Amino acid sequence: MKYLDLIVTGLTGLLLLLGSLGMPETGDPKSPASVHVSPRYIEQSFEETAVPNLVTAILADYRSFDTLGEATVIFTGALAVLLILRTGRDEEKDQGDS
Amino acid sequence: MNAAHESLVIRTICRLVAVFTQLFGLYVIMHGHSSPGGGFQGGVILASSFILLAVSDGIGEVQRRFSLKALTILTSAGVFLYAGIGVVCLLLGANFLDYGILPLPEPRSLGMLGIEIGVGVTVMAATVSIFRDLMLFE
Repeated sequence: MKYLDLIVTGLTGLLLLLGSLGMPETGDPKSPASVHVSPRYIEQSFEETAVPNLVTAILADYRSFDTLGEATVIFTGALAVLLILRTGRDEEKDQGDS
Repeated sequence: MNAAHESLVIRTICRLVAVFTQLFGLYVIMHGHSSPGGGFQGGVILASSFILLAVSDGIGEVQRRFSLKALTILTSAGVFLYAGIGVVCLLLGANFLDYGILPLPEPRSLGMLGIEIGVGVTVMAATVSIFRDLMLFE
């Protein structure tokens, strides 16, 4: 049974390694990621947004909806910790302190 | 309580460092659209100054400045500000979060600054809130 786990893990790892061979080279100008919207961002973002930081222009303007999701993830994380760890007893102690 | 809370040197230095940490955090948030940085990084730097105070002076010191209610309200207010800017764009007739329509000079740049501030407030309050809950949990 222990060997079965090992074989499954090894096979999955091998499959992932084989899959990574099909990836384009790092920084390849002809890779799909570099020919679609990237040139437009690099050439046009300063005229369109008047922001010198290209990374922020993409994160906060072109892909703003994605960043809204990220902020919501942080908010949900704090909410989950609050709901699990905060008890009524803490509230009383908190008011006593302040 | 323990030795760290009674040492005058540690308390004084931590209070001094916290001020500059907060200033740097605000700088990182406000310059997020023109230099490396932004809401996430600046929010964490701001939160780390409060965590430094909590470690040196005890969590009560932080709670005196930051009540539980304020923390919870701030955590929600950042996301509310972010989504609110999006809804304002929607009401003015553009797409959700399409800042170009805002009636401001350089609307895209200022819209980005607005959402960076929203993200910064949320990250700061959420990090302090999580730290507080973990510290007080028994």
